Parts: sequence; structure tokens; C-alpha cells
Amino acid sequence: MTHWIIAPIVLPALLAPFIVLAARYHIGIQRVFSVTGVLALITIAAGLAWQASDGTITLYQLSDWAAPFGIVLVADRLSTMMVLLTAVLALFVLLYAIGSGWDDRGRHFHALFQFQLMGIMGAFLTGDLFNLFVFFEVLLIASYGLMIHAGGDARLRAGVQYVLFNLIGSTLFLFALGSIYAETGTLNMADLAERVALISPDETVGIRIAAVLLLLVFAIKAAVVPLHFWLPSSYAEAPAPVAALFAIMTKVGAYAIIRVYTMIFPPDLEATAGLFGLWLLPAALVSLAIGMIGVLAAKRLDRLVAFSVIGSMGMVMISIALFTPEGIAAALYYIVHSTLAGAVLFLISDLVRTGRTDLEITPQPTIAGAPLTAGLFFVGAIAMAGLPPLSGFLGKLLVLNASYDSDLMVWIWIVVLSSSLISILGFARAGSVLFWKSTSVPPTDETSALPHPAALSYVAVGGLISLLIAHTVFAGQVHGYTTTMAAQLFAPEPYKAMVLDTAGKLSKPSKEEH
Amino acid sequence: MEMLVASAIGIMTAGGIYLTLRLRTFPVIMGISLLTYAVNVFLFASGRLTIGAPPILRDGVDVYTDPLPQALVLTAIVISFGMTAVVVMIGLGAYLGSDDDHVDDQPVDIDGETEGNS
Repeated sequence: MTHWIIAPIVLPALLAPFIVLAARYHIGIQRVFSVTGVLALITIAAGLAWQASDGTITLYQLSDWAAPFGIVLVADRLSTMMVLLTAVLALFVLLYAIGSGWDDRGRHFHALFQFQLMGIMGAFLTGDLFNLFVFFEVLLIASYGLMIHAGGDARLRAGVQYVLFNLIGSTLFLFALGSIYAETGTLNMADLAERVALISPDETVGIRIAAVLLLLVFAIKAAVVPLHFWLPSSYAEAPAPVAALFAIMTKVGAYAIIRVYTMIFPPDLEATAGLFGLWLLPAALVSLAIGMIGVLAAKRLDRLVAFSVIGSMGMVMISIALFTPEGIAAALYYIVHSTLAGAVLFLISDLVRTGRTDLEITPQPTIAGAPLTAGLFFVGAIAMAGLPPLSGFLGKLLVLNASYDSDLMVWIWIVVLSSSLISILGFARAGSVLFWKSTSVPPTDETSALPHPAALSYVAVGGLISLLIAHTVFAGQVHGYTTTMAAQLFAPEPYKAMVLDTAGKLSKPSKEEH
Repeated sequence: MEMLVASAIGIMTAGGIYLTLRLRTFPVIMGISLLTYAVNVFLFASGRLTIGAPPILRDGVDVYTDPLPQALVLTAIVISFGMTAVVVMIGLGAYLGSDDDHVDDQPVDIDGETEGNS
């Protein structure tokens, strides 16, 4: 049994306490360990992704206890891709945090950052719903700390909202788990899939309630309208590198929906049929519309980016709610794109903040390094608004292409295309006010003394943008890979067989013994 | 017993939701605590209610209670206690910093000043 699959969880889990205990007062040593840890994570994640790329499903039974009683970790194509995406994003976010000095503005940034990574990795790799809850909590606890990192009244107030909203979400998650357990007597995903399929059509009330509760929980994490209230304030007030890392957290919700609803409640299951087409798809369309209208209406750059994240999650959710292999493949392509684009825009808004007193979208004196920052913002905005030539455009085409067979096809096309136009207007307005009109305001002594962003910050943003470009250039290969990923998700038999039939302590007696 | 447990869960949930909608940090935190108590009892009930039955295999016993919900509840209790402590600290910090215990964002005047905490 290969032990590599648990390494993305164990490595940050060991590194974080080490950083707290041994390197508490030395920001330099913390930085070295944190970056080294993330580099090691990328290597491990790339290895796991390579291992899973030929369709292999790797199972890890903790303490060799067999499923469904033991805790299992499962790495398939989807999990490993998300793990790799998280690790790569984490590297650039970390570089930015170091370059801009954000990590030095409060205590324990690096330790919390590692704990956050541990939670995210665990949520992607676990094969058990209760452990999904536990890893959600781990990543949330760390994110509470990161969210209020560096303090300040506005941040603390936004932090209270964020924590309270997530606490309600966690409570709802436990209610969902309780009802699932009461109905089926198991929480292992593969085991659940088998048992849910056996429930007689007359007795589906409980499992339907459980499915809806679970969808609500994941929709809160994914910030789907009407459960998106927590996102704009929290992401706008969080420190920029933290907000950039949070770009992956909404995707944890999307990942959980894809995983649970392809495995446990597949589209052909009668009990939960209609849940997606009837409820999730309209909600996703509204999310996209509200997000992009928010982009146009935002008065501050950080809010603008936060609303564009809601919009892009709406796009991902539309594609997921179609619930076809093409839809899921398009959603996965778009997930990678919107994670990178969201993170880039949050980091750029911090570059802008470095040279200004605030982030209001009003004409103010030119910031230091304005041409470069403006250029980066231009690229980021093109990516997020979905204009050619970047991957947002391709992702949008894939989503539109996947929507041909849907009943709501006309609505999807209308909302996607008109919201693109609105977001282009919103980004164009923000960009022209921030970067062009600034030349009409003469600099004052106060503003000319503001610092220039560090070179490392530009390296981090540039790195993320080059990833976006690579995501565009290799779109064919990436989409081909997400298509095989969707195919694997819609044929879960090997996954179930791997989880349930692998021998371990307390496993089912094999047939030879009878 | 089913009636008692079910009504206890229901009353605690109702009270919790009511307090959560009060929009001031202290009632909201109390409300969420009530909700977590409700969900803990609910988790217990999800393994079917039995009285006086052991959760661990032993000789001469026919009726067992389901041990798994107890393990789940234990984890959930620890997490919810930790979370409550965190939110109390953050809420206290926010209250002391802005002299205002509203959970929601207050309406903004035309001058850009926030009502109530200016």
C-alpha cells in the first residue's frame, strides 16, 4: 500500500505545529519552511496526479481498517487534480504574502496557512462523509484565523459574519449527516452509494430530505445564491493573499457536490431526480446574474472581485447542474480557470491598494508601477469576464456547448451571454477609473510617499497569469483530461469496488471462506 | 421517549433559529449553541433510541446500541465547543473595536459614515 496519498494531509499537519513551536519569532525561518513545505506538496501532488492519470484509483485505509467502518482516503483523477491545483495556488499565494509582507502583519500566518492546506487536501481526498465534515471544520478553523489576520475593526466585523455563517453551515451539515445515517446506517461514500440505490421507491422521503440538506450545505460553501451573503464582505475584508487562497474554498463546495451527487445520488436515481434541473440550475443562473451585476455595481475594487467570484461560481454551478458528462467536464475546466482568475484578481487588487489610501473606484493619483499593474489587471479582467483569447472564454464556450440538451438552454445562453457583457462593462469601468482617470489627478505629498509593491509580488501575480495562459494554450489537453475525469465519475463501479472490496481489519468475509 | 427526544430537538432548534435571527452577536452565539445542542441530540437519535444497552460487544447480551453516533457526537461536541470559543473571541474583539454588537453591516450614510458606530 502506497503511503503517498496521505502525505498531502500529514505534511502540512506536521509542519504547522513545527512552525508555531520552533520558529515562532523568526519570520525568515517560517517563510523558508512554509515555502519548502508547499514545494514538497506540489511534488507529491504532481506524483499523485500522474499516478491517477491512467485511471488508477488509489485507496488508503487508515490503520488498515477496512471500509465501511474504517476511515479511507481515495485518490482518483478528480481528487488528485484538485490537490495539485490547491498546492500550485498555495505556492503563488505564499510568494505574494511574503513579497508584500502580509505574513508579518499578524502572528501565525504560516502555521494557519499550513493548517488551511491540510483541511483542503483532506476534504479532497477523503472517501467518507463524516471526515468530509471534519476536514471542512479544519479548513474553516484555519480560515477564521487567516480571515482576521492583521486585525482591524472592519475585518473583525466581517470575520464575525463569516464565522457565524459557517457555524450555521456546519450545524446544517451535521443535521444532513444525521439524517443520512438514520436512513442508511453508514457514512462511507461508496457504501452509501450501494445502500441508497437499494432503498425502495416508497420510502424515499428521508433520503430526499438528506440529499437536499447536503446540497444546501455544499451550496453555502460554494456561495450559490441565495446562500452567498457571507462571501462579499468576508472576501473583500480578508487580507488579499488569504482571499486569493479562499478562491479554492468555494471550489471545495463545488467539488463536494460533484463527488457526492455523481456517486451517492447519481442522475438516474429516482428519489433525487429533478433536484438539479429544477432547483440548482435556476439558482446557478441567478448566481451568475447577481455576481456580474455586483461587478457592475461595486464601489470598491475588492468587492468587485468578490462579486466576480460569485459570478464565476454561478458559471461552474450551471455546468454542474446540467449533470451530464460534458457538463461536468466543462465545469472542471472552468473550476481550474476561475480559481486562478479569482486569485489573480484578489492579488492585483492588493497591488492597487499598496499605492492608494483605499480601494474605492474613484480617480486618485497614479499609483507606483501603474502601467504594469494596469496591464496585469487588464489580463485578469479579460480572463474573469470570459473574453477571448483566455481560458474564461473557452470555459464559457464549453459550458454553452454542454447546455444544448437542457430544457433551459435558451435561459442559459441568455444569462451567460448577457452577464458576460455586464461583467465586461463592470471591469472596463473599474479599470478605466482606476488606471486612466488617475492621470487627471495630480499627486499629493501624501500619496507620492506610498510604497512601491515588491518585485516578488509581481512574480507571484505573473506566475498565476502564466498558469492561466498555459491553461488556455493547453485547453485541448486539459479538456480531454477533464472529460476522462467526468467519465470516471459517471462510472463509479471501480471506485466502489476498490473501497468496499479491499481487505483489511474487520472487512467483509471473502467468498472463499464460505 | 421518542416524543420527548423529538420535541426536545424541535424546541431547541426553534429557539436556536429565533435567537440566530436576532442579529446581535450575543443572542446569535447563544442561538448557534442551542442549534449545536439540538444537532448533537439529533445525531444520537440517528442511531435509533435504546435504553440501557451496551455499545460494545460482550458475552450474554442480545441488544446493543449503535456506537457510531456516539463517536460522531463526541467529535461534533469538541468541534462545536472550539468554534463557539473562537466566535466569542472574534465577536468580543469586533465589539470592543467598533463599539457595536450588530452582526449585519449597518446602513451607510451619504457621507460614507456608518450609522451607529461612527
